[in-house]
Amino acid sequence: MSVHVTPIRVYLLIFGALMVGTLLTVWAAFLQLGAFNDIVAMAIAVTKATLVVLYFMHVRHSTRLTKITVVAGFLWLAILVGLLLSDYFTRGFLAG
Amino acid sequence: MSERQGPRRQHYLNATWGLKSWLLTKDHKRIAILYLLGITVFFFIGGLFAVLIRLELATPAGDMVQPDTYNRLFTMHGVMMIFFFLIPSIPAVLGNFLIPLMIGAKDLAFPKLNLASWYIYMLGGSFALWAMFNGGVDTGWTFYTPFSTTFSNSYVIATALGIFILGFSSILTGLNFVVTIHRMRAPGLTWFRLPLFVWAQYATSLIQILGTPVLAVTILLVAAERLLHIGIFDPALGGDPVLFQHLFWFYSHPAVYIMVLPSMGVISELITAFARKRIFGYQFVAFASIAIAVLGFLVWGHHMFVSSQSVYAGVVFSFLSMFVAVPSAVKVFNWTATLYQGSISWDTPMLYALGFIGLFTIGGLTGVMLSTLGIDIHVHDTYFVVAHFHYIMVGGAIMGYLGGLHFWWPKITGRLYPVFWSKLSALMIFVGFNLTFFPQFLLGYMGMPRRYHAYPEEFQVLNVMSSAGATILGVGYLIPMIYFVWSMRYGERASSNPWGAVGLEWETTSPPPSHNFLEPPTVDHEAYDYVRRAQEQRVA
Amino acid sequence: MISDAKPDRQTWGLDHQFDSVDQQRESSFLGMWIFLVTEIMFFGGLFATYIVYRGQNTDGFVAGSHELDITLGAVNTAVLIGSSLTMALAVWAAQTDRRKATVWFILATILLGGVFLGVKVVEYGAKFEHHLVPGPEFHWPGPEKTESVQMFFNLYFLMTGLHALHMIIGIGILAVLAWLAWRGVFSASNHNLVEGVGLYWHFVDIVWIFLFPLLYLLGRSG
Repeated sequence: MSVHVTPIRVYLLIFGALMVGTLLTVWAAFLQLGAFNDIVAMAIAVTKATLVVLYFMHVRHSTRLTKITVVAGFLWLAILVGLLLSDYFTRGFLAG
Repeated sequence: MSERQGPRRQHYLNATWGLKSWLLTKDHKRIAILYLLGITVFFFIGGLFAVLIRLELATPAGDMVQPDTYNRLFTMHGVMMIFFFLIPSIPAVLGNFLIPLMIGAKDLAFPKLNLASWYIYMLGGSFALWAMFNGGVDTGWTFYTPFSTTFSNSYVIATALGIFILGFSSILTGLNFVVTIHRMRAPGLTWFRLPLFVWAQYATSLIQILGTPVLAVTILLVAAERLLHIGIFDPALGGDPVLFQHLFWFYSHPAVYIMVLPSMGVISELITAFARKRIFGYQFVAFASIAIAVLGFLVWGHHMFVSSQSVYAGVVFSFLSMFVAVPSAVKVFNWTATLYQGSISWDTPMLYALGFIGLFTIGGLTGVMLSTLGIDIHVHDTYFVVAHFHYIMVGGAIMGYLGGLHFWWPKITGRLYPVFWSKLSALMIFVGFNLTFFPQFLLGYMGMPRRYHAYPEEFQVLNVMSSAGATILGVGYLIPMIYFVWSMRYGERASSNPWGAVGLEWETTSPPPSHNFLEPPTVDHEAYDYVRRAQEQRVA
Repeated sequence: MISDAKPDRQTWGLDHQFDSVDQQRESSFLGMWIFLVTEIMFFGGLFATYIVYRGQNTDGFVAGSHELDITLGAVNTAVLIGSSLTMALAVWAAQTDRRKATVWFILATILLGGVFLGVKVVEYGAKFEHHLVPGPEFHWPGPEKTESVQMFFNLYFLMTGLHALHMIIGIGILAVLAWLAWRGVFSASNHNLVEGVGLYWHFVDIVWIFLFPLLYLLGRSG
C-alpha cells in the first residue's frame, strides 16, 4: 500500500469550505424557517463532518475496511437513537 | 509436527524467569495466564456471595442476614460475576491465548496494549474490591436510577468507577482482536478457513467495541448526578429514569452475547474435535455469530416491558427479540447435526460441550418465552427470569469456559489433568447446576419474586433443592481448581496434539514457544478437515 | 523473530509481531479508527440523551441556548477548524520529510487548541456569574420551568466539558508528538504516529462541529 499524500491545495480548499459552512450555519440559524431550522443546521453539520472525515482524515483514499468501520460507527449511533426514539415518539399514542 | 519432548525444550513458560518477566510481558500467552489468575479470584469472590445467598434462602424466614445486607450480597454477586468474571473470561483468557495461535501469528497486533488492558482490568477490579471491603453496594448490578443516584447510601461511585475502568480493558481487548483477525492471519488462511472460535471472538469484539462506550458514558452520568447533585435522571429535577434504563440496556443486553458468544465458539471447536467431523454448515455457524452480535443491539427494550416504556416500543422490541432465537437455533441444530454419524469420544471437554447444548437450549427457549410481551409481564422480576439467565450465563457461558479450559489446558501448560476427577467434576457441575436452577423456574412461575431475603413457607422445598444443588455445583467448581494446580507439577506431559484435533494451535508444541511457531505456518485447507487428517494418518 | 536482524526493521520502526511495513501501517490505522468508533458511541450516548431531553423540554432548551454567546461559539468553531487544518498540514509535512515544518505545524495546533480552551474558560466564567451552573446555586428568572433550563445546562456542561477534556488530552499528546518530531523520529517512511494523532484531533473537531449548532444555534430564530 503506497501512502497517498494529499496536496496542500486540497487541505486549504476544505478549510475554506468548512469556514463558509460555519458562517452559513450561523446565518441560517436566524432565518425564520420553522422546523426546517433544525434540519438545515444538522445538514450543514453533517456536510462539514463528512468533509473532515473524507479529506482531513483521508478516508477518501483509505481501504474499504476503513470506510466500513467509519460507516459502522455512525450506523450504530443511528440504531441507538432510532430505537430510543421508537419509545419516546410513541409514548403519547395511547393517551391521544 | 515434530515432537520435541523433554524438560530442556524452551517454551513461553520457561523462556524467562522472575516476577518481572511476567508483570512486564508482552507475550499474549503469558498475559492470558495473568488474566486467568485475576478472573479466578473474582470468580471465587462472586461464588462466595452466591453461597451466602443460597444459605439465607435455605429457610423461609430472613434469619441469617439483614434485608440491607442481602441487597448487598446479590448486588456484589452480580457485579463480580458479570463484569469481572463473565465478560472477560473466555475472551481475555482463551481468546488471548488462542487467537494468535489459531491464525498463525506471532502475537496480537498490539502486544503492549494487551498488557495495558490487563493492568486496567486489575485497576478496575481494585476499585470494586475496595468498595466491597468497605461495605459494598446495594443497587443491584443494574444500578437503576433514581435509587442508585439519590437514595442508596452504599459505595455506588467506587463500584461504578471500577466498572467504567474495566470497560476500557474490555474495549481495548476487542479492538486488539479485531485488528489481529483482520491483519495478522497466516498466508492462505482466508476468512472461511478460520476456526469458528475466531469468528465467535470477532463477533464478541464487535459488541465490546460498539456497546461498552455507551455503558461508560451512562455510568459517568450516574456518577455525575450522585456527586454533583444535578438531576440528569432524577424525575424531581426533570430527568427521566427510563432513559437510564435505555442507555444501560443498550450495552447490557448485548453484553449477554459478550458472555455467551465466545462460549459458542468454544463449543464449535469441541464438537468437531470429539466427533472427528467437519462442522455441519460452516458458513451458517460463522454468520450466526455475526447475526447474534448485530441483532443483539436491536432488542434491549425487552428488559423494560414493565417500565413506562411505550407499549408500541415494547411490541417492536418483543418482536425483534424473537429473531435472536434464529441464529442461536442455527448453531444448536448445526452442532447436533455435526454429532450425527460422528465418531464420538467422551473426553472431559466433550462432556462440557454436550452439557452446554442441553442447558443453552433450555436457557434459550425460556428466553423466547420471556421475550413474549404478555408472558414477561406475568413473570417479570421473578425467579423465572433468574433461572433463565443463569441457564445462559452459567449453563452456557461457564460450561463453555470450563470446557475450553479443559480442552486447551494441555496446550497452555503442557500437562494433562486426571481423567477420572475431571469427568466426575463435569458431571457434578451438570447435575448440581440443574438442581440449583431448575427449581427456580418453578418458583418463578409460581410467583416468587427475586431479590428478597425471605419468602412464604410453601416455597421452601424448592428453595432447599436449589441450595443443595448449589452445594454440589460449588464442589464441582472446586475440584478442577485443585487438579489444575496439581497437574502443573505432577500431571503427565502432554504431546503437541493430545486430542488428535485439527487446527494451527495443535501444530505447534505444548506449551508453544515464545513466538508461537518455529516455522511460520501457511494454510491450504479448510477448517476441521478431519477427513484429510485421517488420510494423512493412514499414509503415515 | 528471524527478520529482527534485518537493519530495515529499525528505520521503518517495525515491531516484532508484524511481517511488513504495510501490515503494521494498516493495523495501526484500523486500530485507531476502531478507537474512534468507540468515541462516536461514547459521545453518541450524550447526543442521544440530548435529543430525548430536548424533545421533552424544548422551551427550556431554547431559552438556555439564548444564554450562550453565539459570537464566542462561532469564533471557537473557526479556531478549532483552523487547528484541524494545521494538524492536517503537520501530517503532510511528516509525509514529505519536512522535519521543522512538522514541528511548527504541531505547535500551531497546540496554540489554537489552547485558544479554544481559553475562550471556553471565559464562557464558563460567565455562566458562573449568571447562576447558570446546575446545582443548588442555579437560578432561572425567566418564565420557562427551571428544571428544563437546568437540564439544558447539565448537558451543556457535560458535553462541552467532556469535549474539552478530550482536547486537553489531545494537547498533551501533541506536546509529546512535537518533541518526537523535533528529535527527528518521523520520516517519509515512518509517520504513522503523526497520522494517528491527527485522526484523534480531527475527531475532536467533528464533535464540536455538531455541538456548536446543537447547543448554540437551535431555536435561535424563534
